[in-house]
Amino acid sequence: MTSTIPLPQSEPEQSWTRYFGFNTDAKVIGIQYIVVAFFFFLIGGFLAMIIRGELITPAADLVDRTVYNGLYTMHGTIMLFLFIFPILNGLNNLLIPTMIGAPDMAFPRLNAVAFWLVPIFGSLLIASFFVPGGPAYAGWWSYPPVSIQNPLGNLISGQGLWLVAVALSGVSSIMGAVNFVTTILRMRAPGMGFFRMPVFCWTALAAQTLQLIGLPALTGGAVMLLLDLTAGTSFYRPEGGGDPVLYQHFFWFYSHPAVYVIILPVFGIFSELFPVYSRKPLFGYVYVSLASFIIVGLGLVVWVHHFFPSGVPEWMRNLFMFTTMLIAVPTGVKVFAWLGTIWRGKLQLTTPMLFCLGGLINFVFAGITGIMLATVPIDIHVNNTYFVVGHFHYVIYGAAVMGIFAAIYHWFPKFTGRMPYEGLGKLHFLLTFVGANLNFLPMHPLGLMGMPRRVSSYDPEFAFWNVLASLGAFLLGVSIIPFLLNMISSWARGPRATHNPWNAIGLEWLLPSPPPEDNFGEHVPTVISRPYGYGLGEPLVEHQAEIEQALILQEAT
Amino acid sequence: MTGTPIPPPGQVIAHSEGQHASHNLTGFIIFLCSESVIFLAFFSGYAVLRLAALDWLPAGVDGLEWRMPLINTVVLVSSSMTMVAAEHFKGKEKIWLFRAFWLLTMAMGAYFLYGQAVEWSGLKFGFTSGTFGGTFYLLTGFHGLHVATGILLMGLMLVKSFIPGNYSGGEEGVKATSLFWHFVDVIWIILFVLLYVWRA
Repeated sequence: MTSTIPLPQSEPEQSWTRYFGFNTDAKVIGIQYIVVAFFFFLIGGFLAMIIRGELITPAADLVDRTVYNGLYTMHGTIMLFLFIFPILNGLNNLLIPTMIGAPDMAFPRLNAVAFWLVPIFGSLLIASFFVPGGPAYAGWWSYPPVSIQNPLGNLISGQGLWLVAVALSGVSSIMGAVNFVTTILRMRAPGMGFFRMPVFCWTALAAQTLQLIGLPALTGGAVMLLLDLTAGTSFYRPEGGGDPVLYQHFFWFYSHPAVYVIILPVFGIFSELFPVYSRKPLFGYVYVSLASFIIVGLGLVVWVHHFFPSGVPEWMRNLFMFTTMLIAVPTGVKVFAWLGTIWRGKLQLTTPMLFCLGGLINFVFAGITGIMLATVPIDIHVNNTYFVVGHFHYVIYGAAVMGIFAAIYHWFPKFTGRMPYEGLGKLHFLLTFVGANLNFLPMHPLGLMGMPRRVSSYDPEFAFWNVLASLGAFLLGVSIIPFLLNMISSWARGPRATHNPWNAIGLEWLLPSPPPEDNFGEHVPTVISRPYGYGLGEPLVEHQAEIEQALILQEAT
Repeated sequence: MTGTPIPPPGQVIAHSEGQHASHNLTGFIIFLCSESVIFLAFFSGYAVLRLAALDWLPAGVDGLEWRMPLINTVVLVSSSMTMVAAEHFKGKEKIWLFRAFWLLTMAMGAYFLYGQAVEWSGLKFGFTSGTFGGTFYLLTGFHGLHVATGILLMGLMLVKSFIPGNYSGGEEGVKATSLFWHFVDVIWIILFVLLYVWRA
């Protein structure tokens, strides 16, 4: 009977050179994104190592002060625009088409162009290290008036290159967002209504909607900044009637939602993985899905909490404190849904599950300090101190990066056809979890004691916590070694992966590992139930048993 | 459980062109929504700067001349109507009438740009004349860029209409261009109100 089942066939091994060219296959682009993003992660991480090396002693003894300004500016910019966004777009490229049963993205060529912009603006940004005057030094948020100074008077300045790179990053992200949203809206498998869609797709849709609404505001603001810097306008120059706080509004109108662009897909990853490794359906699927869009709505009206001390009127402070606190509600819905999912589940502590659990713990901690920061009196006290840096890094490294690692370990067998090594993976987890907490926890007491961010020398009373933080940072640096070893060696000669090594439920697990170029091609299965039916015994698609049997047979031969 | 028949192996259902075309229109509408936020950012920036300004007008400037821009506005708004007419004729498969009205729309767009250029050349303030000059040139310039893009798109569609068989069914490119043109039109109306009608 299996012979009547139209099955996606594994294709003969394709040349690895396809990863180096203009390829329109979403699965190739996905891996291109992830590898390029990881390359920039290493550069951004190297800068962080220098920063923490400088901060291990109270004196400014390792690098020059102006160099230090460039270091933290570039660290932040590279990590956000060249690591986190591209790597998430990589996951989107791999997961969205396979999860919804589409052969590719809606606009494959646009997809490839969006990817190739990343190495272009990445090189531009790195090149700014070598222009006279060095790279941008106004911090990753690039506030005027610092960012509109051009003391050397050259047309090509570090700040100018920074702005061009960020603008190109925006173009690439908008291209990606149009593509992802169109794909999710129009190319789902038959029978996959919105409430049968995997939560990762919900969160990707929510995150990309935020990109579409928020990013143009930053682009508008950045155009005005570039004109102030190069053309002599005075949009943000108080001496010409301009308003520097206006830029802060533009910047944070996008850059606060940008944090949700990062964390929402990670919520999606948690929602995908907890059911798999707890062997239970996702608790409150509908609420988890809808909470993403409540976060989108609220996330667009909280931006002012980033600059409470910048001469913001009282009513605005109160309003934005309220909305910021309100956003804890949909986020809390998700956290409790994950707890409900793992509650009394049959937990399997695999590497991806460990990363999810660690990420969840860090995220809850970051959420608590987030509520503290939302409170105006506390915020005014700790604004621009290490407390904010600590909170932010708990969200981004502690939760988002750990979630991304979880996703990489979980879907690695699907897209490479090889199993990653568990031992190296668990070592990677241990080093990451301990390193991240050792690095970022001491920043909270430092901030409360009043240590300002962005300075290379500090009072000796802050030394103890700084030494701890630096040790944590070096541990994080070391943690990348087992990860790299694991990825390279298991991709080259790891054990062959079956189509569904984790016993997971989802359309992507009904494809061979690695999937053929057009995924299901013309034979997209019809979805007949909600996702995450663990332990319920319901098939996800029609003819599921036959499809699985055929896949097993195919693997045996 | 209602089973869908499984197509026999080897039978390939060709992707219909219409399916892909509708993706294009969806994608374009999503892009337009996103693009409108840039204008929203510029509008709100303009409003914030203007409301906070002590001396909005630079020395020697006593406001903007509104008659010429009003003529421009009338031309641009009418061009949206000629475009609707063009689309109507395309629907009736009167392809030459479509081309005629399409070309008329392009001409009106070009006239708008010409009027804008004339206005710019007669102004007594420049790009660097405080936030008044900066926002004026930023808003009109960025909008003008969109008008020029719209004219280019229309030109492209006009050329495409001469390729045989292209316009037999629904042509998504024409729909997208027309949406873009209406968008540019609506943006101009808001801009006109903000720049010329709003008096201190």
